[in-house]
Amino acid sequence: MTQKKDMGKILRQFGLVIVALIIIVFMSFTSDVFLTSQNIINILRQISINGILAVGMTFVILTGGIDLSVGSVVAITGVIVGSLLKDGTNWFIASLAALAISMVCGAINGWLIAYVGFQPFIATLSTMTIGRGFAQVYSNGKPYIISDPSFKVIGQGYFLGIPVPIILLVIFCVLGLVVLSMTTFGRYVFAIGGNKSAAKLSGVRTQRVQLMVYVLSSICAWMVGLILAARISSGQPTAGESYEMDAIAATAIGGTSMNGGIGSLTGTICGFVILGLLQNSMNLMNINSFWQQIVKGLLIIIAVFLDMRTKGKKN
Amino acid sequence: MAGKYVLEATGIAKSFSGVTVLDGAELCIEPGELHALMGENGAGKSTLMKIIMGIYTKDAGKVVLDGKEVEFKSARDALDAGISMIHQELSPIPEMTVAENVFLGREQKKFKGLPFVDKKELNRKTQELLKEYDLDQFISPTMKMKDLNIAQIQMMEIIKAVSYNSKVIIMDEPTSSLSEKETETLFRIIDSLRKKNVGIIYISHRMEEVFQLADRVSVLRDGQFIGCVKVAEASREQLINMMVGRELEGGYPHNTAKKGDVVLELKDFTRKGVFENVNLKVHAGEILGMAGLVGAGRSEVMKALVGYDPLDSGEIYLEGQKITIKHPNDAVKHHIVMASEDRKELGLVLCRSIKENVSLQNFDKLSKGSFIQKLKERKMAGEYTEKMATKMNGIDDLVSSLSGGNQQKVVLAKCLLSEPKVLIMDEPTRGIDVGAKAAIYNIMVGLANQGIAIIMISSEMPELIGMSDRIIVMSGGQVKGELEGAEAQSQQTIMNLAFGGE
Ligand SMILES: Nc1ncnc2c1ncn2[C@@H]1O[C@H](COP(=O)(O)OP(=O)(O)OP(=O)(O)O)[C@@H](O)[C@H]1O
Ligand SMILES: [Mg+2]
Repeated sequence: MTQKKDMGKILRQFGLVIVALIIIVFMSFTSDVFLTSQNIINILRQISINGILAVGMTFVILTGGIDLSVGSVVAITGVIVGSLLKDGTNWFIASLAALAISMVCGAINGWLIAYVGFQPFIATLSTMTIGRGFAQVYSNGKPYIISDPSFKVIGQGYFLGIPVPIILLVIFCVLGLVVLSMTTFGRYVFAIGGNKSAAKLSGVRTQRVQLMVYVLSSICAWMVGLILAARISSGQPTAGESYEMDAIAATAIGGTSMNGGIGSLTGTICGFVILGLLQNSMNLMNINSFWQQIVKGLLIIIAVFLDMRTKGKKN
Repeated sequence: MAGKYVLEATGIAKSFSGVTVLDGAELCIEPGELHALMGENGAGKSTLMKIIMGIYTKDAGKVVLDGKEVEFKSARDALDAGISMIHQELSPIPEMTVAENVFLGREQKKFKGLPFVDKKELNRKTQELLKEYDLDQFISPTMKMKDLNIAQIQMMEIIKAVSYNSKVIIMDEPTSSLSEKETETLFRIIDSLRKKNVGIIYISHRMEEVFQLADRVSVLRDGQFIGCVKVAEASREQLINMMVGRELEGGYPHNTAKKGDVVLELKDFTRKGVFENVNLKVHAGEILGMAGLVGAGRSEVMKALVGYDPLDSGEIYLEGQKITIKHPNDAVKHHIVMASEDRKELGLVLCRSIKENVSLQNFDKLSKGSFIQKLKERKMAGEYTEKMATKMNGIDDLVSSLSGGNQQKVVLAKCLLSEPKVLIMDEPTRGIDVGAKAAIYNIMVGLANQGIAIIMISSEMPELIGMSDRIIVMSGGQVKGELEGAEAQSQQTIMNLAFGGE
């Protein structure tokens, strides 16, 4: 009977994989472009942006929080790197400077939520707005053109024939999986989402863990900020708008409960892969972007509904 | 006349994902009788009740109410048909007021057909109820649920269930979080219900209550109906035998441990408005009992000691050394651990597995650096839950799927794995069956023999007297007395102090 339970679990994970396979099979029959290596790389490149954000978002949501500010951190990273590169700063130093500022953003979120007691939605909604405004003020509303070829590698380069953003995505996913499933920190994340008071009485430094989770999410946003700026060769104050929504969507589709405590990173990975496949397919089929939004929304509803059913909310 | 029973449940079967929990369970209730339902932790008592209430669907069997077979789709249906239930696991909505909570789902409307709630009317009715049961001095209708303590929440649940004017009321371990005084109130409520010819199903692990209150007792074991006996014709031994299927030693084990040095000393513990100038000492190998009414501040002192709650002033000495505890993490590092009375709020992460709950507090043992040693974790979690005789399919089960008593055992397993020097047990046998209770008492004595100092908060007088070497009585946030030897054997003396006498 434990076997039966495991089967249910496997089915749930597989459910998402099956959806992905159906899309792939369907598309490879209806479109001759879909399975070309160019298109596959295209898909992966698109996925890498949302994927890295979704890794951080999963940590946050597992603690029962949410991080709406990631899109703004993407923009802040872009304009800071852009301005520093324009002044001739070394690309590595520029990136580190942006990292430091991103981490401060995350720490502010975490501090407001864990130590001051703000609700995560409100805290990150405020920092999202402030962050966006900051990026606009800092850049005077204009993009910085980036010409440093070593920096552009992050978004446009290849390593062993594989685009760098995809490699970065894989690194973030693997690190995320390791931290979440093999370390004490991962356990604390789940425990806090499940019952913060009980975690505290068990000796978990809940405030510290919460703070770190938001910093982690901002680090993911920083990575995305670099990739994006390098890919489009400019640091834009408007970059990353509403990116948080796709990251949240991927997490929800992957079966993570918005209340925290229940979920997995493998689910999230399936989530953003499916979102990416779907978007690419619809582009290839020339479905206009308004319809794409409707389909995306429906997908979330269906995925969460099925998840509730298989988890046996009944009984 | 439809027969002599108001409620008849026969041949009830239920399984959860392939595991049989009930198989041929049976329960017949006469009007005006108090019918006790007993059985070990995980015997299926709560599950049977939830089936009657329409919260779970049954696999087989039938439920007959007033001679008519019924099939409730939800608790709403059951309430409308005249059955209400006080749940074992409380689930108040913290932001709601007391009045809103009592009348949840049946709010008085201001204007017919319009969704405006008549708050005044709600508050007035609630006030009436509170007054009727003598609770109005502590609780007002406009208080938020989150500001009540666990006993008060339990009383509100009781009042809520009673206010439906049902034909049958199910009470699933209603006294487990009440102290003597509230328990008396409950018994008064029960008396008046009986006079109104209400049938009561009463689940409890406390023998004394059953013998005091019940007309008949039904016993479940492993989901099967074992029998139904008249209390007047039954003996304690017979009931235990029916429940566990074997003879069991009664009474309390004697703590034979040699008292060692003082392990823990608290000096002038104060938290303004909660407790004041609390001093206490506990020795190695000693079981120190903490007596008092609910709200006397016993749990609060302990929660402050382990760093969960803030402390305004006071000093802690561990083995003669002054230590500071700012966070439960410090306490765990000093091997001072607490098994909370409120397992749902403070004890367990219900949506995670047994294994994860047991290890959460113990990663200093179960990890290398930041990495969890998974094999060791499995082994230790398995070992300690086995030691507590937890009834489960495996340590990967979610804690939420365990019966109430088995959840308590997981909390204790977690604490024992921490190798405590000082073990604080707040209502350690709450909701635990006779067999497991004896096991826990023996474990306590075993731990004392290893030189562990045990502080036990309990509202069960016999347990307190039977287990403690020394008893400290608190009332209104102050220590009112310290009893040893023969004095610590007198319920009279303890109650006097607990009610604030000198
Ligand atoms: N939702 C559920 N999913 C899976 N198993 C469950 C579920 N609810 C109860 N069980 C299992 O059914 C069995 C009976 O549980 P139940 O809560 O009815 O016991 P109980 O007799 O009320 O025990 P206690 O005295 O500890 O409260 C237990 O083994 C429990 O693990
Ligand atoms: Mg029960």
